[in-house]
Amino acid sequence: MANETPLWEVFIRPRNGLSHKHVGSLHAADEVLALQAARDVYTRRGEGNSIWVVRSVDIVASDPDQSAENFDPTAEKIYRHPTFYEIPEDVGHM
Amino acid sequence: MAPDLELFDAVLELADDHLVLGHRLSEWCGHAPMLEEDLALPNMALDLIGTARTLYDHAGRLEGQGRDEDTLAYLRGDRAYRNLLLVERENGDFAHTMLRQLYFSAFMHPYWEAALGSSDAVISGVAGKAVKEMAYHIRHAAEWVIRLGDGTEESARRMGAAVDALHLYTPELFEEGAAAGCDALPARAAMRGAFDSTIAQVFAEAGLCVPEVAYPPSGGRRGLHGEELGPMLAEMQSLHRAHPGALW
Repeated sequence: MANETPLWEVFIRPRNGLSHKHVGSLHAADEVLALQAARDVYTRRGEGNSIWVVRSVDIVASDPDQSAENFDPTAEKIYRHPTFYEIPEDVGHM
Repeated sequence: MAPDLELFDAVLELADDHLVLGHRLSEWCGHAPMLEEDLALPNMALDLIGTARTLYDHAGRLEGQGRDEDTLAYLRGDRAYRNLLLVERENGDFAHTMLRQLYFSAFMHPYWEAALGSSDAVISGVAGKAVKEMAYHIRHAAEWVIRLGDGTEESARRMGAAVDALHLYTPELFEEGAAAGCDALPARAAMRGAFDSTIAQVFAEAGLCVPEVAYPPSGGRRGLHGEELGPMLAEMQSLHRAHPGALW
């Protein structure tokens, strides 16, 4: 069954102007059935207006073993966060 | 609203088609061949049952005897049901269920399109919603019919068996039934062109042949049903009959 219906990752765009977000995965035989299944499984409560499906095997993921070298060096670079600016009150909520 | 018994009968036929097929689809819940279809089938069932509810409510008002949607759905026996024989057919295997869905939606899509301009506001309102639902049901069912028909030896054999078992029930779709004298509803015979073209297109891709039907069964509109409808209604109605008016 798994060979005939490979795994797909599903991305949904909640509204125009927002980006597609990963919502989960499903099994389907091909791209047409994957889109149909995504519609049936992940948009039952008005979650969005656009669906992407991507074969899970086509996703290239970072190696968890390289997690330290990838992500830890940014931890001390707090100056990259825009928290050192005084925002004038007139600007309001940003 | 003044009672309109002709339109009542015609709307009741439509409502029964939708409830019976919706209930049949709901029987797959928890039993579908894969999780994705286990959600897709009840989705489609809920589309149909939603339409049935609106139509029963409307029928009750047209009749003017105080019968509401629950009374019409749960307190009539099989001889009082007016649904097509096609929709009461048992689910069979997945091929049977998908083909039955394709036949029904290939008919109802052009039907609701024609009903968009109905003089009856409830009918045109239902049509607006149902047209989109039927378009999706056609797509969903057609993709499966194509893949099973043009799939493995086993799936092609099962799809062919489904055509043999169900195609003979399609002529009844075009019988006018109680709608014959009702201006508020489209003429069912007029859907022939759209239906045939949808089926021909899907069957061509699926490698299936449209069989000749010499003696099409009929009688659903007169309450003459197959033996499968009774047990289905008995199960569907058991809760309401044991606990009249139950709410949850």
